[in-house]
Amino acid sequence: MEPFTTLNATAVPLRAENVDTDQIIPARYLTAVTKAGMGDGLFSWWRYLPDGSPNPDFVLNKPEHQGAQILIAGRNFGSGSSREHAVWALTEYGFRAVISPGFADIFYNNSLKNGLLPVTLPEEVVHMLWDLVEEQPDVRIRIDLPNQTVTLPDGQQYPFDIDPFRKRCLLQGLDDLGYLLAKEPEIAAYEARPRW
Amino acid sequence: MGKTLFEKVWDAHVVAQDPGAPAVLYIDAHLVHEVTSPQAFAMLRERGLKVRRPDKTFATMDHAIPTRELEIALWPADAATQVQTLRQNCQEFGITLFDIEGDVQGIVHVVGPEMGITQPGMTIVCGDSHTSTHGAFGALAFGIGTSEVGHVLATQCLMQRKPKTFAINVEGELGYGVTAKDIILAIIAKNGAAGGVGHVFEYRGSAIRSLSMANRMTICNMSIEGGARAGMIAPDEKTFEYIKGRPYAPKGEEWERAVAYWKTLYSDEDAVFDRELTLDASQLEPMVTYGTNPGQGIPVTGRIPRPEEVEDPAERRSLLAALEYMGLKPGQKMEGQHVDIVFIGSCTNSRIEDLREAAQIVRGRKVADHVQALVVPGSKAVKAQAEAEGLDRIFTEAGFEWRGAGCSMCLAMNEDKAGPGKYVASTSNRNFQGRQGPGSRSLLMSPIMAAAAAIQGRVVDVREMMKVEV
Ligand code: SF4
Repeated sequence: MEPFTTLNATAVPLRAENVDTDQIIPARYLTAVTKAGMGDGLFSWWRYLPDGSPNPDFVLNKPEHQGAQILIAGRNFGSGSSREHAVWALTEYGFRAVISPGFADIFYNNSLKNGLLPVTLPEEVVHMLWDLVEEQPDVRIRIDLPNQTVTLPDGQQYPFDIDPFRKRCLLQGLDDLGYLLAKEPEIAAYEARPRW
Repeated sequence: MGKTLFEKVWDAHVVAQDPGAPAVLYIDAHLVHEVTSPQAFAMLRERGLKVRRPDKTFATMDHAIPTRELEIALWPADAATQVQTLRQNCQEFGITLFDIEGDVQGIVHVVGPEMGITQPGMTIVCGDSHTSTHGAFGALAFGIGTSEVGHVLATQCLMQRKPKTFAINVEGELGYGVTAKDIILAIIAKNGAAGGVGHVFEYRGSAIRSLSMANRMTICNMSIEGGARAGMIAPDEKTFEYIKGRPYAPKGEEWERAVAYWKTLYSDEDAVFDRELTLDASQLEPMVTYGTNPGQGIPVTGRIPRPEEVEDPAERRSLLAALEYMGLKPGQKMEGQHVDIVFIGSCTNSRIEDLREAAQIVRGRKVADHVQALVVPGSKAVKAQAEAEGLDRIFTEAGFEWRGAGCSMCLAMNEDKAGPGKYVASTSNRNFQGRQGPGSRSLLMSPIMAAAAAIQGRVVDVREMMKVEV
């Protein structure tokens, strides 16, 4: 997993609530047996017209938002299916962080396991960020994981919460597997206990 | 202070708990399907790892497979590749596979309970959010991502923070024509699609206790639609009765010890929940969704909310976006809404009980001319049972298509897709944009409501049709 420390990047405002993982990556992209290629399917219902060409009205396709690494979305982002493909699609496309007033649990977990930082900020702040990024698409937002802050160019700063353990894993690029494998003696002892 | 059902199961599965770290939670049963597992097996191979407990890992194929029972040679190439990949992985790692060529295959959340794999007090995971279904047996069951599938394959454990608890009390008696599906749709409509985030639901109360295991599964299935990762129901005699004699159920003396333990699995009188919600079952009516998240549902006799009635600006925006997509109007009644397709199936409502109830409505009637209607049994066992009871004939004589077991039009990964703009009366669990095919418009409802919609070609209050029947 790629470590995450700080990010200073432009953002895309996705003015929508309850964006479920079927919107992030529709089922027809789930037929792959590898992770590659998911980025093409990201938001495909919205991103492409029925003939497959890019929908010029969708925010991700606007020239001013190309190269953005932060997605700013409405509440309950990532609800629905547990498909980790949603996170792979976002990261392959180039996103490194998602800001939202709230995330669905499984999506939140999946993000952390792929170096995609989910940042929860109050709804007013998210709405303010939407306005700001729409007015100034080239504004760079600084996300500082060690200090757990989001900072705007004018110096305004917003703190965010993150589980300290998950923070350490992200900073070091560690996944859970190493930790779990090291628990072998405890797992074996647990298995030796009678079931009932 | 007493413990909740959830806490009892959780505490019994903590393998290790380092200060500041999430708990290492032991997993008793791991269910695997073709869509969310290939990358996890690839990870095992990359790191040179084995499956730690193949005996606790069970696989089947359900999401991508055609339900027309074609030869695999005639399948779309990518679905065939996924199925072949799963076969290879199961063979290489020694995992039991309920293959489409055998007679057990079906939707993973239908097959697990049917085989007796799902038992009270267990921890159960699968790379699928509707793993919450298995909570109907008093198990702690939840969906995980593919990275976590890899962790469980390799170590039989997961790192988890302890969720909070949320009691949902449903008291009283359900009215005629009101089903478990209506209970859960009403709960989500009331509490919101994100209302349960960070929590595990426990469904309790007299209305829940009176339900069959199939109906309890319908309710727990949609816990995720209410934002909770899991939903649980304390096991009782009905639970034990259901499990007894199934292939993986404990036998003989083991059975006695298991039941003795299972009987301790309930929330203590003095247990405290973080949140609580109470619903009066006798006030519920058949429900229908009108929007693009499962919280956007109303009683069939009700009207779609108008934007000016919604206080919260985010919810108002969500409502407007949903109505635009759905081609429906604020204040409109759902009763009378035209439907093009009727889908009876999915891990929510494809069990034998669901098909029996739907068949009661369909018997001796005809599907409306303009409607395409399909029944997709949840498993091969459900299909065989339904055929033994003659339900298939009731459906086909009415004009329904009778399919093979799988997820089918619940997520439209196979060829069963609703066309753009089509209204689907569906017994599945998600009405997301495009869920049942590009541009499809899902109206979630109970099996009897869907059956009634098929006959009338529009959304109707099934209670009207039941009156005629008696
Ligand atoms: S039936 Fe639908 S919800 Fe259930 S497992 Fe299959 S795709 Fe998922």
